[in-house]
Amino acid sequence: MQAEETRAWHQIVVNVLKRHEVRLITYVPDNVLRPLIDATHADPFFTAFATTREEEALGILSGAWMGGLRGILLMQTSGFGTLANVIASLAVPFQIPVLMMVSERGTLGEFNIGQALVAKTMRPVLDAIAVENHTLTRTDEVEFILDRSIRQAIATQAPACFILSPLLTGGKVFQA
Amino acid sequence: MSFTANHPATRQQAKIMNRFELTKRMVVRLKQNEAVIGGIGYTNFDLWAAGRRPQNFYMLGSMGLACPIALGVALAQPERQVIALEGDGSILMQLGSLATIAGRKQCNLTIVIMDNGTYQITGGQPAATAQGADIVAIARGCGLAQSAWAADEGGFEELIDLALREDGPWLIGCRIDQEKPADTTERDPARIRDQFMRGLGVKR
Repeated sequence: MQAEETRAWHQIVVNVLKRHEVRLITYVPDNVLRPLIDATHADPFFTAFATTREEEALGILSGAWMGGLRGILLMQTSGFGTLANVIASLAVPFQIPVLMMVSERGTLGEFNIGQALVAKTMRPVLDAIAVENHTLTRTDEVEFILDRSIRQAIATQAPACFILSPLLTGGKVFQA
Repeated sequence: MSFTANHPATRQQAKIMNRFELTKRMVVRLKQNEAVIGGIGYTNFDLWAAGRRPQNFYMLGSMGLACPIALGVALAQPERQVIALEGDGSILMQLGSLATIAGRKQCNLTIVIMDNGTYQITGGQPAATAQGADIVAIARGCGLAQSAWAADEGGFEELIDLALREDGPWLIGCRIDQEKPADTTERDPARIRDQFMRGLGVKR
């Protein structure tokens, strides 16, 4: 058994999701998230599929939660930028603990100005609608932050958002 | 396709009916604790007016998400039939969800679209459906082969019975008039969610 510290970030995420019975993976594809997406597709524990928009994915997770199935939404920063209304009008007021994981673009070497600007809206939006959010920068903290935050989300019936920093994932690198 | 043989193929041929009347006709046919997701606005107001059921969920602001929420419930509870009740303006916002549902081949899911060609709740501005967009044709194009316009009230009841009896996903288009809804949904989201979860047997 490998120590968690020597595992890749996405292997740790898979383990924690399994521990908490988070089976439904809805996502809008992203290159940095690819190892996690591939791992959930390959493992029959999970039901994983792409949606056409992040809002749609959040709606699916909300219905699934009310029906007794836990899930998480995987997306990139620009996708999070489309979610303010549905978090504020569905997840928060209906007290649905939607879990969200964002691969962070727009910082630490971003090459696309559109990504850089939309990224600036993410944490202010999360804070404005009082959604618990953590930025994951270190492999040795992933397990603790995810485990505790998923417990808290379910116990307090509140959404939670995990931002995967390029410090953790390597990010998307500019090819000159 | 045999199931549409007795039903008009186009939006123009379908009878213009009344939303509350159709909703009542649908609700009385629900005998197996089917879940119903009411989309934003008058669609869910008339669902509320048609009689409280613990298996009803009423949306408040996330316009366009009735079908995704219904898909989530259907995934979580594959033994239960799930119905999304949605307006034409709302589904136009989230047409991609029809493709997702078709791709999932979600057999316990039925979508009912109430189409009056307008954004009625905001003052009756014309929607794209009034200018030629045909939701049933769009749904078929997305891969939802079992999609049809209800010819009239009797045709609607037949389609609902068929959808509850045989594997979906189904989409039933309904032309409706501009009547106001019969009541207004109580806007208490925590209570709506809690009752819905109890109605689905997730909470005791």
